[in-house]
Amino acid sequence: MPDTVPSLFEARSVTKRFGGLVALHGVDFALDRGIASIIGPNGAGKTTLFNIFTGLYAADEGQVTFRGQSLLGLRPDQITALGICRTFQNIRLFSNMTVIENVLVGMNSRISLRLWDVLSHSPSFHRTESDLAARAVRLLDRVGLQANANVVAHNLPYGDRRRLELARALASEPALLLLDEPTAGMTQGEAGALMHLLRRLVADLELAIILIEHNMRVVMEVSDRVTVLDHGEKIAEGPPREVQSNARVIEAYLGTRGAGSRGARRA
Amino acid sequence: MIQALLTVGLVALSALAVATFPRSILVFLLFQGSLVFVYRARIPEWLRWSLLAVALLFLMPAIGYFNGYYLEVATQVGIFVALALGLNIVVGLAGLLDLGYVAFFAVGAYSWAIFGSPHANVIFGGSGFPLAGWWFYVFLFVGLGAAAITGILLGLPVLRLHGDYLAIVTLGFGEVIRVLANNLDKPINLTNGPKGITPISRPPTPFGLPYGEYFYFLVLLIVVAVVIVNRRLEDSHIGRAWEAIREDELAARSMGVPLVRMKLMAFACGASFAGVMGVLFSAKQVFINPESFTFLESIGVLAMVILGGMGSIPGAVLGATVVTVLNLQVLKGFSLWLNELKNAGVTVLGYSLADLPTQFEPAKYERMVFGIILVLMMIFRPQGIFPARRRQRELAR
Repeated sequence: MPDTVPSLFEARSVTKRFGGLVALHGVDFALDRGIASIIGPNGAGKTTLFNIFTGLYAADEGQVTFRGQSLLGLRPDQITALGICRTFQNIRLFSNMTVIENVLVGMNSRISLRLWDVLSHSPSFHRTESDLAARAVRLLDRVGLQANANVVAHNLPYGDRRRLELARALASEPALLLLDEPTAGMTQGEAGALMHLLRRLVADLELAIILIEHNMRVVMEVSDRVTVLDHGEKIAEGPPREVQSNARVIEAYLGTRGAGSRGARRA
Repeated sequence: MIQALLTVGLVALSALAVATFPRSILVFLLFQGSLVFVYRARIPEWLRWSLLAVALLFLMPAIGYFNGYYLEVATQVGIFVALALGLNIVVGLAGLLDLGYVAFFAVGAYSWAIFGSPHANVIFGGSGFPLAGWWFYVFLFVGLGAAAITGILLGLPVLRLHGDYLAIVTLGFGEVIRVLANNLDKPINLTNGPKGITPISRPPTPFGLPYGEYFYFLVLLIVVAVVIVNRRLEDSHIGRAWEAIREDELAARSMGVPLVRMKLMAFACGASFAGVMGVLFSAKQVFINPESFTFLESIGVLAMVILGGMGSIPGAVLGATVVTVLNLQVLKGFSLWLNELKNAGVTVLGYSLADLPTQFEPAKYERMVFGIILVLMMIFRPQGIFPARRRQRELAR
């Protein structure tokens, strides 16, 4: 990556400790465009990294910048307003709200109405609300949920919930999207369709995506670059083919005969 | 068509019946029930709303002419409807369990009570008080603002609390306000302590309306305003943000909902409704003291919200109506009836009720019956009478 222009998103030597446990140790990460995947065994610190990027956790050390602006110390909603949004590993929809309402909540940071506009139903209120609804419908269309717009979210089948979470995250018009295991629980066919969708999003919306993913076939197919974490440390980074054949990665994932109990436990 | 005729007939008939038997509680209940029927019946919207308007604007005051107590009941119902709607925002929409809600009602009530009575002279000296009656209308807004600010002051320290912890702190807050009211008669006599404040001025009524009718109409006006404000908030990004916080606070934050601002706004909006009604309450009662703002009142309003259906405006309205009417009329009537049986010496299963020991005084059953009703409701209809229904959007494409 060129040094003169700051990348879209950059994390430098991020460290996070939970008590005595070092969850992340000096992790560097940068992304300008396209899809970057983060892989690693369970407990490697992938989701912790996301939580730091989105302001849910405070990093103990290091620096995180987005378009040159530091994100550390900002609240999650401020970070969303800047243009970073995420999905969750264990789907966290607003279960008792309808599909379209879920998406509308995602637009919250793009709404500039005041309390008075809402109470007086001013022209700008009506304009904004109909714009939002139209945009929400277009987003649902994109992820294939337009027919379920008025369904209460907890009645959706599993795969649709994942898609709704994606639509809700897109609703905030992010420039960077963080997806935490978006294909978990999906069939290979569904996962493939989702990746196709992500590719199109990257092309259409000039979106950059960071993906946490366990499905290796998906990762290898869709990623421009893969980062491997193990025990809170970055052990490899590069194009998918390269990482796939990296000895340390294979060790971390499969464990080798010489790796002892640690490798065996993770196998 | 048949339903339309039926609803019109039912409302007319029940109103007539109340005029004929102005003392019968059952007949008055029939009238109230007919309004619920109108609300639920499958009739054209214009007919529904004009029927309700006629019933509330003309029939109810007319009934009040035959039996003034019914108008008082209706006014009380209106006050509690506004309180329930306010609490509904905090508990039903934003999911913040508030057990000290009556504190905001007290703030509103005391704000007018102090300045609308000679008591303010004790605080400020001189003899400029009570303020003239028309200041009452200004104080409706002062009470609103004071309660909203109090709501924010309560909200600030409890921002990080959820569920049980939040409930306990708000409970404590409610008690603090009551205890303050009880003890702030020294060093500076702000509230006149347990003795309370009286006489509190009332505004001059327009068109020479009697006060019963005047307060009924004013309450009705405020309730309509509160319902409109409530609906508009609910159908906006603010209402959606509140519900998102209720559903999943962490996800809501991550989706761009400014948690602090939205929570404080929920507390402030909910409190402001109670503040307005507090001002009205103090003028209507002429006398207030801390006894009107006990923990039991907070629980009562919460029961209304839960009974009606959390997060639902019609639910809060109906819940407030049912609970108030139960308390003021049905359960009273029930214990009076039991008392009559007792005094008449009726025997049940060979046991004369006249021999009942005083511990089994029928009046003591009121609360128990109310409790049983609540328990049964929670077992058989936990979602409330009118549960919140998701708004179905027309999707223009």
